Amino acid sequence: MSQLHAAVRLAIASCALAFAAAWSAPSLGADAGRVKVSKGTVSIQRDGKKLPAPVGAAIQQRDTVVTGQDGTVGITFQDNSMLSAGPNSVLTIDKYVFDRTTNKGEFESSLKQGTLAAVSGKMVKQAPESMRVKTPAAIMGVRGTEFVVRVTEPSR
Amino acid sequence: MASASRSIVSLSLVLAACGHAPGSPSTAEVVVAVLPEDGGKVGAVVVHPASGGPTVLNSAYAGAHLRGASKVEAVTLDQAQVDRTFGPALSALPMAPVSYTVYFLEGSDELTPESHASLNRIAAELANRSVPEVVVIGHTDLVGNDQYNDALSTQRAQRVRDELVRAHVPADRIEVAARGKREPLFRTAEGVADPRNRRVEISVR
Repeated sequence: MSQLHAAVRLAIASCALAFAAAWSAPSLGADAGRVKVSKGTVSIQRDGKKLPAPVGAAIQQRDTVVTGQDGTVGITFQDNSMLSAGPNSVLTIDKYVFDRTTNKGEFESSLKQGTLAAVSGKMVKQAPESMRVKTPAAIMGVRGTEFVVRVTEPSR
Repeated sequence: MASASRSIVSLSLVLAACGHAPGSPSTAEVVVAVLPEDGGKVGAVVVHPASGGPTVLNSAYAGAHLRGASKVEAVTLDQAQVDRTFGPALSALPMAPVSYTVYFLEGSDELTPESHASLNRIAAELANRSVPEVVVIGHTDLVGNDQYNDALSTQRAQRVRDELVRAHVPADRIEVAARGKREPLFRTAEGVADPRNRRVEISVR
């Protein structure tokens, strides 16, 4: 009986864990954003590890999102800003801070390679250029709302 | 304030330039362009190049082209070029976040008949979203004290959550909050029963 209980408890605990990993349940506040669109090869580099990036995956500050030649990815952030990347892209979320009460924040990302579409959100309405996209040649300060960026490294 | 934020930008610019390729300047080619929004409005992006002053892009398809540390070259893209270059990225943009407001009967967590109908529509629209993230915030008008209105606004928010869950929105995707009478949509005198303030805001992304 108590063995059964323990087994049930373990099963519940591992379900809860798997659930937490898949959706990161306390999520709504904690993460910078969430993958809403994911097609083809897309991965997240986090703390030196390469993770899959399916629809529903959480995006955190300092993550790098990488798409393969058939990959595209779309992310919605806490302040309702959105970034999406086309194939062969490397996009890092350098910094993401957002206060839901004041709508103040700072959002800095870097496109190292590839194509990016961006739509600004609440923090830019609150403070223009609080969202910035860095590239090797320039930094884009966003006043709103929709724009596109392409970075092409010279062929070696 | 403006000059402070500018110096932060130029500092990060220097850091970006250093960070990218130590010792040798980048020769990466960068194209940026602003797009018209739904409704014809055009946004603005300020391009801060590694050297030289900023350039503001604020008309539809206005763009900038940069190569390495060269100057900003103004370019104008057209829809066809945008589709060709950015089509896959643009088609991966998530559904735009949206918010709704539903209204309640006085002193009650009963929705008005109109809002009851719209809540059903909202629930159906939510079903079209992949991994919807929903925040439900309850409010009251300015009748009664804080304690009463905190409880009432909580009941209203929970009522909306329950209705959404009944319409198959996953319960763990819905966050509930309540503000009592602290954030009226229309500022009235204390004690005024204004139906526009008896509401729940539903934000979806």
